Amino acid sequence: MMLTLIDGERRHAIGAQLAGSQVQVDAADVEAALGWKLAREGLCRGSVCIPVRDRASLVSDGGLDLEALAALLDRPLALDTEERAAALGERAEDRAAALATLEAPDFTLPDLSGRLHTLSDHRGKKVLLIAYASW
Amino acid sequence: MYEELGHDGFVPITVALDRAEDARPFIERANATHPSLVDSDHRVAELYHISNVPTMIWIDERGRICRPHDAQFGTDTFASFTGKLSAPYLDLLRAWVRDGSGAMSGDEVRRHSPAPTRETQLARAERALAWHLHQAGRGEAAERHFRRAGELAPLDWTIRRGSLPLLGENPFGPAFFELAKQGRTEYAMESVTPTRAPAQS
Repeated sequence: MMLTLIDGERRHAIGAQLAGSQVQVDAADVEAALGWKLAREGLCRGSVCIPVRDRASLVSDGGLDLEALAALLDRPLALDTEERAAALGERAEDRAAALATLEAPDFTLPDLSGRLHTLSDHRGKKVLLIAYASW
Repeated sequence: MYEELGHDGFVPITVALDRAEDARPFIERANATHPSLVDSDHRVAELYHISNVPTMIWIDERGRICRPHDAQFGTDTFASFTGKLSAPYLDLLRAWVRDGSGAMSGDEVRRHSPAPTRETQLARAERALAWHLHQAGRGEAAERHFRRAGELAPLDWTIRRGSLPLLGENPFGPAFFELAKQGRTEYAMESVTPTRAPAQS
């Protein structure tokens, strides 16, 4: 089966197997989606490696346990096994650190006609960012 | 306001945390010339750690936040409910656009910025999953995750109240007033600029 993994703005289709309440995700798909790869040193992306103390709880039959993976990455995970969908959130520390730089996080969003607008295109002007809703 | 302050050095950008069809009447009525964007994914809420609307953030010419989000209103439509008046804030905004006054120091901005926690971040992940399921037509599953998100972040109105239209509930009906009773601690978000309306006599 395939699992939809939501990671910020990206959605990935990842090979997965259900084992009871656990979800084993395909290691190659995880690497393609998130960049993390299981190596001798641990779970690695580029030159960064996270040590894996309990390899048995993470790996089985070439698959990675999704919850163990999220826990190792210290990222919040919302998972619905029945619906075969999951969302990886951002670490609180990462968001706090990004906001502490005072750099306004950049984003690209559509207007009603579907035209995309990017915040950083307005560099050089003062921007009043107004978030609102109908509700 | 945009017309008054000029287009040269200033631009307002509105972001609706809504489905496009819910935002459309507001945007069409405003008939604005500035960017009027739709953020159904709540991307801006995640990035700026916004938990209620309306809120306004000042971003200077270098792309740095110089006044953090501040629950403010452009009009006095809801003043009797929120206790906030728009005029003092709009005066402050005019002064900033004119001469840069009113911008906060980095330390002040950080002091007034609420911190994300494990719970708020998990709530946002649950909300992202719920929104995905809602779009996929999986209403019951979506509802489970919208509710879970609300339990994790009970004071986050972008999640709790913002989910009501998606759950088929009226955001101005009983479910909202129940929410308002539980979560009305300082409007869930700190007000940086004191703009309290005088007590009603």
